Amino acid sequence: MPDAIEDLDRRLIIATQAGLPLVPRPYHALAEQLGIAPADVQARLAVMLATGVIRRIGAVPNHYALGYRHNGMTVWDVADDRIDALGAQVGALPFVTHCYRRPRRLPDWPYNLFAMVHGRDHSEAEAHAAEIARLLGDACRSSDILYSSRILKKTGLRIAG
Amino acid sequence: MAHETGAGDVTLDVADRALVNALQGGFPLCDEPYRAIAETVGLGLTEADVLNRLRSLLDRKVLTRFGPMYQVERMGGAFVLAALKVPEPEYERIAGIVNALPEVAHNYRREHALNMWFVLATEQPEGIAAAIAKIEAATGLPVFAFPKEREYFVEMKLHA
Repeated sequence: MPDAIEDLDRRLIIATQAGLPLVPRPYHALAEQLGIAPADVQARLAVMLATGVIRRIGAVPNHYALGYRHNGMTVWDVADDRIDALGAQVGALPFVTHCYRRPRRLPDWPYNLFAMVHGRDHSEAEAHAAEIARLLGDACRSSDILYSSRILKKTGLRIAG
Repeated sequence: MAHETGAGDVTLDVADRALVNALQGGFPLCDEPYRAIAETVGLGLTEADVLNRLRSLLDRKVLTRFGPMYQVERMGGAFVLAALKVPEPEYERIAGIVNALPEVAHNYRREHALNMWFVLATEQPEGIAAAIAKIEAATGLPVFAFPKEREYFVEMKLHA
């Protein structure tokens, strides 16, 4: 295991990676399971939140169940000397949930900017993509939208116990 | 387009929606966090109501999980998006092979020549190459890996 995770954090991660206990005092339940003080559970989680090991504690929604049935991975071939400035602007759009620069895989894949958009109908997702296209302007040579049509697996991170 | 989503048509009442929205914020680090959420949401919800509704939202797959979201890179691990160009007749068999690997955190069918997109999450960066080698050996297909070079924004929140 990497040095970055202390043993206690690792045990806490393993105990919570499937989810937080659904009992009135979840941190007490974890403390009992791990044989430590409840205050330590809260303190370690606070440290991991502060250092970014935990992005946030909360619920992960199923897009489809919330009515977002049109989930598109928009992909763009953006000029290398402009992508970082433009990527930050695309990421700041209110409807973009993830935005990354990734390598092209030529000749199969010319796209280096990835932005996820979500719509309750097809036209909403397309309108979001059109807004990104306007923002990128002539810095973008080509683009595509890959809609998800099936969730094949969604378990999140699992580290070994 | 037909969707198989793991979620049937669900009906969410006002309290469910308020709860889903509240639970996408920062969950409190206090002794009785579900009671704190009940107070935040209002609508006459009690701590027991929050727990019962949360269980039901998870059972109905409105929520895919509830708890800390770990960022594997900050633990020294790696998280890589990858894709396969799967021949249609082979799709179910290949999906089974890919999903069986514990390193595969999620996997989506997308409509493109690259029609299977999955995320590999491993505790050590070397684990990614090993997982890719396993997938290539088991499927006979080349894996297209798209490691992130820059993260411009990530915030997985959707208004219910």
